[in-house]
Amino acid sequence: MKPRHRLRATLLLLLLVTGLLLGGCQHDAPLPFRLTNISGHMPDLDFHLTDDNGKAVTGADYRGKVVLLYFGYTHCPDVCPLTLAQLHVVMQRLGPLADGARILFVSVDPARDTPAVMHAYVKAFDPRAVGLVGDARKVEALSKRYRSAFTREPSSADGAYEVSHSSAIYVFDRDGKARLLATPSASRDDLVHDLHLLLATGASQ
Amino acid sequence: MKPSALSFLLGSLLLAGGVHATAAEHVHASHAWIRVLPGTLPAGAYVTLENDGDQPVALSGASSTVYADVMLHHSSTAGGMSRMTMVDALTVPAHGKAVLAPAGYHLMLMQASAPVKPGDTVKLTLTFTDGSTLPTDFIARPANAMDAGENHAMPPMEHGAMPHDSGH
Repeated sequence: MKPRHRLRATLLLLLLVTGLLLGGCQHDAPLPFRLTNISGHMPDLDFHLTDDNGKAVTGADYRGKVVLLYFGYTHCPDVCPLTLAQLHVVMQRLGPLADGARILFVSVDPARDTPAVMHAYVKAFDPRAVGLVGDARKVEALSKRYRSAFTREPSSADGAYEVSHSSAIYVFDRDGKARLLATPSASRDDLVHDLHLLLATGASQ
Repeated sequence: MKPSALSFLLGSLLLAGGVHATAAEHVHASHAWIRVLPGTLPAGAYVTLENDGDQPVALSGASSTVYADVMLHHSSTAGGMSRMTMVDALTVPAHGKAVLAPAGYHLMLMQASAPVKPGDTVKLTLTFTDGSTLPTDFIARPANAMDAGENHAMPPMEHGAMPHDSGH
């Protein structure tokens, strides 16, 4: 091989390696997700609500964390606890990486779900789960932002009622960008796989 | 729910040729557990029912000395919306089974008279549409449990009965 050719080959190799390194850092590099990829199709994480410690919080408070957003209510004895239990198993499987993620459980039942009720509820599932409450208008604003919906069903004689609600889990990256949509029946393997990808991309620069 | 003695007798004679007594006598309950939620929140109860009889039977609900109100419910997800509906009865086919499991059929337990803690055993009396009853011990499990917590002792086929594990 002539020296000139060797130089060209080295340069090409360098370019290739640099390209790979850069590609790994870019947000818009297509990640091989298994769940439904909604990158670029949903607005960034944004809300004004109250967390389960009674503190006012916004979407910006969770920048730097991978966020799993789920709507539900504490008087829901079946699907909501199942979904949160599934997410807890997923978090456990992520090990120490799970510290980079938060489960945000937003109540669609502002009449009954106080921060205190939400606190006891979410902590029964996972230490990285946060309960969020707000008046009906604020919760509706967040729900509409993600084309989600909820409806309070008619009360029974004793005043009890159910709330029908969207079952989707929205996943946001550390920059608050909407990235994935999962259903409660999504395989835990797929959730673990995709969260690994998002957690590996590091905090925003 | 409480047929007269006469119709009960007639029903037994017609359906079972006088040999079979009640629905409850043909039903075997297993994997009975309750997902305990904090405070006074309603809890979900789950159980697998197997019917060794030649006739289908139907579960209509349950009663309990611990919970003032118990309802048979069904969760469904259609069009991306989760909702719960009340159910009058759940059929357990002849020589078949019915599974009450998360995200499907469940008993909704409300107004506990005393706090139920994970590890407790709670007796629920299952009631069938013929009026017969089956007292069953349910094990109270933590909020974030996925099942009755007895997987290791389960026959392998029982695993497939949990709707949320079926896709894996």
